[in-house]
This record gives sequence, C-alpha cells and structure tokens, in this order.
Amino acid sequence: MKILVPVKRVPDPATTIRVLPDGSGIATDNIKWVINPFDEIALEEALRIKEKQGSGEVVLLSVGQQPWQEQLRTGLAMGADRAILVRSDNPLDTFAIARIISKIVANEKPELVIIGKQAIDDDSNQVGQMLAELLGWPQATFASKVEIGGDRCTVVREADGGLETVAFPLPAVITTDLRLNEPRYASLPGIMKARKKPLTEVPVDSLGIDLAPKVKIRVMMAPEKRQAGRKLGSVQELVQALHTDAKVI
Amino acid sequence: MGDVLVIAEHRNGHFPKTTLVGINAGLEMARKRGGNCIAVAIGDKVDAVAGELAKYGVSKVIGLEDPRLITTLADAAAQAVAALVKKLGAETVMATATAMSKDLMPRVAARLDAPMASEIVAINDDSSMMRPMYAGNVLATIELEGAVRVVTIRSTAFDAAGLSGETAPVEKMRAELDPATLKMEFVGFSEIKSDRPQLTEAKIVVSGGRGLRSGENFKTVLEPLVDELGAAMGASRAAVDAGFVPNDLQVGQTGKVVAPELYVAVGISGAIQHLAGMKDSKTIVAINKDEEAPIFSVADFGLVADLFKAVPEMTEELKKMKH
Repeated sequence: MKILVPVKRVPDPATTIRVLPDGSGIATDNIKWVINPFDEIALEEALRIKEKQGSGEVVLLSVGQQPWQEQLRTGLAMGADRAILVRSDNPLDTFAIARIISKIVANEKPELVIIGKQAIDDDSNQVGQMLAELLGWPQATFASKVEIGGDRCTVVREADGGLETVAFPLPAVITTDLRLNEPRYASLPGIMKARKKPLTEVPVDSLGIDLAPKVKIRVMMAPEKRQAGRKLGSVQELVQALHTDAKVI
Repeated sequence: MGDVLVIAEHRNGHFPKTTLVGINAGLEMARKRGGNCIAVAIGDKVDAVAGELAKYGVSKVIGLEDPRLITTLADAAAQAVAALVKKLGAETVMATATAMSKDLMPRVAARLDAPMASEIVAINDDSSMMRPMYAGNVLATIELEGAVRVVTIRSTAFDAAGLSGETAPVEKMRAELDPATLKMEFVGFSEIKSDRPQLTEAKIVVSGGRGLRSGENFKTVLEPLVDELGAAMGASRAAVDAGFVPNDLQVGQTGKVVAPELYVAVGISGAIQHLAGMKDSKTIVAINKDEEAPIFSVADFGLVADLFKAVPEMTEELKKMKH
C-alpha cells in the first residue's frame, strides 16, 4: 500500500509568536521550525500501517521553500521512504494546497492520504477535507483510531458529544487528531539513512494549477492582552471575591 | 445578490445554542452584504426543527430532506448543500464551527470552488472578517474573493439570535444526491452522556488538569465543585491524554473554545494551547500550587494552594453560602 503524508513546516508550539509592527506577518527570527504536530501523528500512523502490513511505501509531501527540506529529512529519519517538495516561494491558501496535493495524488496514486487535522499556525482545519472532495474520495476527520482490512477502512472519529465510527473503501483521506498515536523519535540510524533517501523537488508552476490566492490576509495584529488579576490568600477570600467583586456566583 | 445560507445544526429534534449563534452571524453577514439570511436544516425528517428555526429572524427556512442525510456523512451532506447553494445563487454559506461543520464545510467549499474562512470572530463593516491564528496569538483580518464564500464562525464570538416575534416561511426540498458517488458508511456513535450543561453553552466551566493526578480524583475532588456551581466540566489536553477524562472535555486550541462568565482552572499550568481555548472567559480563576504557573498571568483571581485541600474547601464554602 502506498500512503501519502502531506506535512507542513510550522513554528514550534512553544514559540512566543510576535506580530511584526506593520502587521504584515509574524517575526521569524526567533522561531524553531518543526513538523506540524498533527502531521507527525499522521506520519506515525502511516508508518504503523506499513509495519503492520509488512510492506508498502510511505511518501512525504511538502509545499514550500527550500528550507522545508529540513522537516522532510526529519520525516525520512522517522521512517518514511521518500519525500517530495513542491517548491513554491509565494504564499498559498488552503484551496491551492489542496489542489497541489491532488495533482501529486494523481501522479503517485496512493491508496491512502493521511494528514493532520489542522496546522497549528493557520488553524484552518480545511486541507484534508478539501482534498477528499477534489478527489471524490471518502474522508474520516479527527481520527482517534484507524483500522485497515484489505481495501476497507474503519475509523473512529472524535465528533461532537462522542465517538463516531465510519467505514469506507480505499482510496480515502484521513485527518488525524491528537489521540490517534504518539509519534516516535527519529533514531540515530534513521537519521543516517535519511540522508540517502530520495527527496525530489517539483516546481509548483510545473503542475499547471491556478494558484492565485482567494483568501487574502490584509493585516495581522496581536489580540488585546489579558491582564493578570490578583492572588488571594484563602478559599474564603476567593469565594467572597467571586461573589462581591466579579458577581459571578 | 448577497444571500447567506446558514447550515443549522440539530440533533434529536432540537438545536443547540450554537446553532442560534450561527444564525445571528448569518443575519449580520446578510445585512452587511445586502442580502437575505436563509437557514437550512439537513436531515431525514426536519419539520419540527425547521418550524422552530423560522422564529429567529431569518427570511426563510429550508428543510433539506433525504433518508441518507439522517447522519451527516460529509460526502452526502456536501453534495446536498453545494447543490442547494447553486440552486439559490447564495453568496455565503455559513455554519457555527463544530466537529460536524468542520468536517463538512471545507468539502462544500471545494465542491463550489469557493474560498473558506474558518472560525471567524468578527465581521467588519466592509465584510472583511477577523479570525484567530497561531493558537489565538494573532488576529488576522482576511478577505475572501469569490462568487461564493464559505465561513465557519467561532461560537463564543457572537451572541445567539433571539426570537424575532415573526415566523418565516418554511420550504421543504429534496436533497440532490448522486448515490453512485457516495461511499461512506455510518457504523455507529458512542455518545458521552452527561447531565451537566454543555461545555460550549455553560455559564460556568470548571476544568481540571494533570494536577488532579487521576480520573478518580476528577470524580471525587473536582466533580463536587462542578456540580455545586451547576457548571460544565472541562479538562486540559494533558488530563485527556493521560486518560483521566474523555476527549470531549478538552478545552484548547485543538479542542473546544469556550468563553463562559466564569472559568475555573484547577491544577492546569496554562500552556498557550490551553489559553487559546478559554482566554475570552469573562472571569478566570486559577487554583494551582505552582505560583509561577502561566495560568496566573491570565487569571483575574488566583489561589496558590494545594488543590486537594482548596477544592473541597471551596465546595464547602459555596454550600455554606447557599444556606
């Protein structure tokens, strides 16, 4: 089985994000870049499926600039077989990303695409679903458990108020939620092997897609910062303050 | 044309407050875009729900029916919604951001070749929109360019629509589906039942973190406080990951976003990702034995204390207050 795992390069979740004074973006000088945590979970799931089946191929895909190779190498070190970097120097909206991935899917013909439910920088939670629709494939979002039997897939999803189980034939798109798995660390042998694994660059213009952004960010700003209040000395003081000052109880 | 279609979520013949929030945002968008706001209820039998929705100020309610829509599997629902949008010539399709609409709406967007904005928190007068990014550390003003646009709205950012005093017409339509292309199968749903208020609707939320150390402690230490306050119970990601409580309770960037009158964070350190889910609460209380915990930087009232003593004490104090 061939599994395609799109991964995005994002700021480490622990980074303090600062908006540039002119609102044109965020300051990038202090940023440590990582694989989007949800995409890491997607990669881990792909690797587990491959290991369980005893054969197959896990292919990574990123859409971005040259430095994104770093995260692809990390993914290869975790155990992916090869990586594709679609080179684009311009910002792309979610729909453009979905279109690009669908072109790669048409070339690669994977049986499964596993992708993180959202990127922790953009927080859009759209690409996996858009991709599924473009391909006319079934989707299972916010997956907390994935089972593959032959060419059929059963997924338990984190839905409103409970867990929903859906089933569908492959090929399909699955988006991952936090509790699907805990990703492995890249081992030292894995890191060494990663250097020799294929990483192909594809210029985005060669895909023949209309990439004009339809979602435009006009300006960014920092939200109003919440001020710290006061510390109280006892439970009695706290209850009193909530009753008298805040009037919430 | 400027018409807005709001997907009105419902279950078991009722709709949650979050649906009315979506309708209110739809009404605002329609005003600013110079069009009508139409509510759409999707399902196998939606008469009762559609009749109720008609009282909340929309121009019309459409009940989109088909036996296959009894569950909101995204492939079928997206087909039905997209076909309706095209039929009506609507400009904007909206829904409150819930697990259901997050699953469905991007598919609708791709089907309509439409740009999408997720979880907007404001609609500006020029109808550009504001949405949070980077776990709420950035507020972006965005514009969507297209004949059709898809928008989900953050349930804590708008008020719920109120009864308008009038009843709009209800129209029933059959959903347009292409069965040969529908491959998803609903297998089952295991509901997490609770007598407590819904996290996203409650006036008071009490959340527990890893500091509670076990699911048992959630029951014996936290729940009495939750129930004394008539609150909903939430949890940090750490507590859910550790298996103390079900995932449905997770408050945070990638869980639920809440903004109640009172949010009490017990044994929660206050990671950025958790703050993203609750920092718009009106009053925040933090109880944590670590005085350096980041949660104190957003708490209006902080108590540095051992939660295993402080929480039962607080439950007692509240009981006393009542009598």
